[in-house]
Amino acid sequence: MDTDVLVAWFAETARLVHRERERLTDLDAAIGDADHGSNLDRGFSEVARALATSPPDTPAQVLATAGATLIRRVGGASGPLYGSVFRQMGKSLTSPVTLAGFAAAFEEGVVAAERLGKAALGDKTMVDALVPASRALALAVRDGVGVREAFEQAARAAADGAKATIPLQARKGRASYLGERSVGHEDPGAASAALLMAALATVVA
Amino acid sequence: MVGLVLVSHSAGLAAETVALVRGIAGPEPPLAAAGGTRDGGLGTSLELIEEAVRAVDRGAGVVIVPDLGSSVLTARLVEEDGRVVVADVPFVEGAIAAAVAAGAGAPLADVLAAAEESRAYRKI
Repeated sequence: MDTDVLVAWFAETARLVHRERERLTDLDAAIGDADHGSNLDRGFSEVARALATSPPDTPAQVLATAGATLIRRVGGASGPLYGSVFRQMGKSLTSPVTLAGFAAAFEEGVVAAERLGKAALGDKTMVDALVPASRALALAVRDGVGVREAFEQAARAAADGAKATIPLQARKGRASYLGERSVGHEDPGAASAALLMAALATVVA
Repeated sequence: MVGLVLVSHSAGLAAETVALVRGIAGPEPPLAAAGGTRDGGLGTSLELIEEAVRAVDRGAGVVIVPDLGSSVLTARLVEEDGRVVVADVPFVEGAIAAAVAAGAGAPLADVLAAAEESRAYRKI
């Protein structure tokens, strides 16, 4: 895994988020403030543009650029949260990048988002997709599976995690004010986190 | 003197709250609003918060009072230990309590404590 793979990850994420923009916004309209699709579309487009305009030299720089751009450009809660994931990953990632190193950095990135948002598994947030993805990567490292399969498993875990938010009652953000009325809807943050992991699986496939 | 930054999803709410706080706390405390996004929409801008912090920083520290959600998360990204702190307080009451304390020359820890006391204020 090198700088190009990470740049491709963000380009593919930008493409997926743009394609799924309406679905993310519709999910957010049900329990949030209906801006998740447009906010993330703008944020990841800016990330892709920043990485294309001034290509970074190292994987850590790719992540630092992505994190800083999302924090500055998204405008909603997902900006600082995703921004923290990538900023922390950039600080934690060691060179050369191995699957084990990536998995460890990703876990630290997820922890950074959990700390910033004070969210835990089961709160019906992006954490419900990110943590299963992180656990899947850790298991893949332990079992010695290849990069491609590891990222496929992480993508599946994130997608399952996102779907598993449907019966949950929200405990964070605007949706938490809905109480029981937040039950029955997929969390938009978990849905976008699943796209992020799907993009990763695609670029190493 | 400790500075105060009010962060809201709405530029109008942040600006009007600063006007209210100014009216009640008086001319002394440095106050700045960081409301909405750069393009005038509802949301939070890290850059507007950073600019507001710089504008009220007189060397004695800055207290940021956010409204909710992304305001809180974004404000927490500019925290500097012992220098720039986010107050977990009601927006209006917390801002007024902090500004009155700051205007009286209280140090950062006391301004933050004054803001936090507002969490327990009963209205009736």
